[in-house]
Amino acid sequence: MNRRTSLALIVSLLLISSLAAAQQAARTTIDPELEKIKTPPLPEFHPQIPKRVVLPNGMVLLLQEDHELPLIDSIMRVRGGSRLEPSTKVGLIDIYGDVWRTGGTKDKTGDQLDDFLEARAAKVETDGNVDSTLISFNCLKQDFEDVFKVFLDVLRNPAFREDKIALAQFQLNTAIARRNDDIGQIAHRISTQLAYGPTNPYARFAEYSTVAAVTRQDLVEWHHQYVHPNNIIFGVVGDFDSTAMEARIRQAFTSWPKGPDVPRQHITFTPEKPQLYFVPKEDVNQSDIQMVALGIERNNPDYFAVEVMNYAFGAGFSSRLIKDLRTAKGLAYAVGGGIGSAFDHPGIFRLAMGTKSATTAEAVEGLKQELQELINDPPMGEELRSAKDAILNAFIFNFDSKAKVLREQMAYEYYGYPLDFLDRYRAGIEKTTAEDVARVARKYIHAEQFATLVVGNPEEIGNQLSALGPVTKWDITIPPPPGEKSRSTGRSETK
Amino acid sequence: MKFPVRRILPFLLLVLIVIPVLGQDLDLASFEKRITVKKLDNGLTLVVMQRPEAPVFSFYTVVDAGSAQDPQGQTGLAHMFEHMAFKGTTGIGTTDWLAEKAALEKVEGTYAAYREERYRTVGRDESKVKQLEQAWKDAIAHAQQYVVPNEFDELLESNGSRGVNASTSLDETAYHYSLPANRVQLWAYLESERFLHPVMREFYKERDVVIEERRMRTDSQPIGRLIEQFLGEAFATYPYHRPTVGYLSDLNYFSATDAKAFFDQYYVPANMVVAIVGDVKLAEVVPLAEKYFGRLPTRPQPAPVHTTEPPQNSAREVELRETAQPFYLEGYHRPNYRDPDDPVYDAITDLMSNGRTSRLFRALVRDRKIAAEAAGFSGWPGTKYQHLFAFYAIPLPGHTPEEMRKTIHEEIERLKTTDVADEELKMVKTRAKATLIRGLADNPGMAFQLALYQLRYGDWRELFHSVERIDKVTKEDIRRVANKTFQPTNRTVGIIQTIPGSPNLQGEKEQ
Repeated sequence: MNRRTSLALIVSLLLISSLAAAQQAARTTIDPELEKIKTPPLPEFHPQIPKRVVLPNGMVLLLQEDHELPLIDSIMRVRGGSRLEPSTKVGLIDIYGDVWRTGGTKDKTGDQLDDFLEARAAKVETDGNVDSTLISFNCLKQDFEDVFKVFLDVLRNPAFREDKIALAQFQLNTAIARRNDDIGQIAHRISTQLAYGPTNPYARFAEYSTVAAVTRQDLVEWHHQYVHPNNIIFGVVGDFDSTAMEARIRQAFTSWPKGPDVPRQHITFTPEKPQLYFVPKEDVNQSDIQMVALGIERNNPDYFAVEVMNYAFGAGFSSRLIKDLRTAKGLAYAVGGGIGSAFDHPGIFRLAMGTKSATTAEAVEGLKQELQELINDPPMGEELRSAKDAILNAFIFNFDSKAKVLREQMAYEYYGYPLDFLDRYRAGIEKTTAEDVARVARKYIHAEQFATLVVGNPEEIGNQLSALGPVTKWDITIPPPPGEKSRSTGRSETK
Repeated sequence: MKFPVRRILPFLLLVLIVIPVLGQDLDLASFEKRITVKKLDNGLTLVVMQRPEAPVFSFYTVVDAGSAQDPQGQTGLAHMFEHMAFKGTTGIGTTDWLAEKAALEKVEGTYAAYREERYRTVGRDESKVKQLEQAWKDAIAHAQQYVVPNEFDELLESNGSRGVNASTSLDETAYHYSLPANRVQLWAYLESERFLHPVMREFYKERDVVIEERRMRTDSQPIGRLIEQFLGEAFATYPYHRPTVGYLSDLNYFSATDAKAFFDQYYVPANMVVAIVGDVKLAEVVPLAEKYFGRLPTRPQPAPVHTTEPPQNSAREVELRETAQPFYLEGYHRPNYRDPDDPVYDAITDLMSNGRTSRLFRALVRDRKIAAEAAGFSGWPGTKYQHLFAFYAIPLPGHTPEEMRKTIHEEIERLKTTDVADEELKMVKTRAKATLIRGLADNPGMAFQLALYQLRYGDWRELFHSVERIDKVTKEDIRRVANKTFQPTNRTVGIIQTIPGSPNLQGEKEQ
């Protein structure tokens, strides 16, 4: 039992006024013992920046030595992900991400690779996500050469064997069959569709029919189209000498010619009408509430002020949402939210909360009130200082391991952000003023633009929702597999 | 897919399957130089590991008391106290401690009167219940005026903390976070102060928060509902049959006074280990720990649970009928973590469950194509006392729990009758070694392991020694332990059968 969830997932009129009073009180009563505590300045710390090499074929290589343990880990990120898959074949990248590795290579089956690698406690794995595909290895230093050869073989010569494609399809079909069992999963999936639009590539999801439409040829073609050195960023971290490692990697990739670049994709965002949506789920006694709207891109100059606002509003455990809706009202265990951002497309402005069926409407009203309050009474003074301190004092945790520094650098490299983005971030947070926060609150918060989703028990909720406005029922019935009448209830009577 | 049991697995593999010899670069001796144990005069044990990779540190405080210690009729109390440990102290979280103290005493007095009348079975006066309830609520509203909400959390956050949290299991309660290295003194003060001057403020609202937690994790999750029923069936006498979060009726019953009494009994220095790992200097951290944690008063160590589970000699089964997709789970009693066969169970877990080479993956997922996922694991629902070795499988669409049962049993039979291959056993041992090495470069992970091993064995070195024990596991051991453990009369089965129509939602109505 954890005291909080990772997505610390909002308040009523009465509460806000008591909260404002409490926030002022907070600073007058610090324990006198605390005044005696010494906090010397943090010793100067310069994180080790990975060595960056661009190979003649365009591959970007980042090498990060870390000699603490006899291990070598790597991750290779390839441009192109599920946002590029055709809408009739949603699931293609999931399947590709599996079978790239499980389907083996020209010389070895995936099972043979499993045996070879597991005997060395090593991994070579592949994966696919919305904007990239990934291939990685992890091994003990002593096994590097053995494992790297497997890695190269999987990278260059994947076989995409049919039996593993079928296995990956079974797995996806299981996820489809089970996607309405978990209330949190329903709420997240549908609210994402409300924010981006149901057919948006960041929001759509696989169906039995789109999974069935994926063929081996699709996987082979994807690989040929996207896996080229000029589309790759390769990061390696561990107990090696950079010069020797660079030489080994150059040797492995010099003969690999450039391929076509990944075209820039234009994606449109068509949020659903900002109204109240309801998904009935009879086997729960808690409602999952999500209020969503479009967020921002991380290269937006308002990003830093938004981060400070988010912290005070709904990210920290001493944030307004937690203080008001959890601590003061006891309405929720999980509550949180803020303006989401992403590197190359708008994130989702999301407020999320779980509350007992009986307090569903009270919770929605509470969330709305919090949004309004953020405009009327934006964080300033002690509240603002506390949020900025929280971000800045914890800043060291963004680079407290060499592997973390490498991951950050890879992300900036991938999305074309300045490699010193972390330094800019710190400066941006430091510069943020109460006026900045008030301005971004006014600029981005428009209560009438939020779509509100409630997933919950219709009998227990009763007629609470009708008081909040017109309710649109959102159908989550799972379309049956091609050629079958229905499996939406998941009955398992076969055999 | 969310599946509570899976969250246990990585933990197990990290904590229990550890193997020796870290190669020539790393060995126990090199750790001996970096790790110091200091027992304070009041009985509290401090473990310090210096790891100056970056100017940060992490700690875990592990208290040798969990929900197995919940008093009868007050399930969920250990976890409830854990929530209260974030509510501040006599100096933090209040505008006026003396006035608040009096107001909180009034809350407890009015609650006791309300509770007595509310639970009276004969001659209860409903209007009196209402009146007493109102008096209690008025007292809460009065006490609230002195509260500075979430001040403890805010103090930590504004000082740059990361990962502030705590967890309660049946076996123990753990508190943890990370801070920049210049805040060791602040940490020593705050972490000792929360256990020196805890205040049960906002208790009854926090109780509502915990009830929401129960709704989220247990009531509104098909597998959460199954696990509660399953454990209730698998354990008859030992408190492992309890849900850590507590039963709704108990959550609605217990008081701040009950939580404080729990604290007084179990949060005893001799019952606590604090492990700190990171860029800390011994000469700084030990005197600070002595100064601050040394303030905790010496108190007698509570008696351990003496009840043991009687041998199971009958097959048991629970079946939930749900609109959710089907699921299969079975468990067999096994001895506690100190049993000489503990490393054998770890080896069996790895062999049956770890990755695509594991036997259950290959049998149910790859070859029979009947499951999306299948694994076996132990250390559940706790490890301190006799617990379970469990297996589960997630059927593919169109496949039934019965098919899972049959194939899992075939694989268990194979374990009993046929020796594992040499390469398989070697793979298990190699993998355990690598897992230990991978765990070492992680401040919070190391703090947790050091504290846990120090608490459970009285010596953190057992983390490394357990490696030697796994290395000695033989194929005969695996057959012997499989035959001893995996017997039909020692089995409890839990099944979700899919039905259309109304589900097994537990009502909120009590009594």
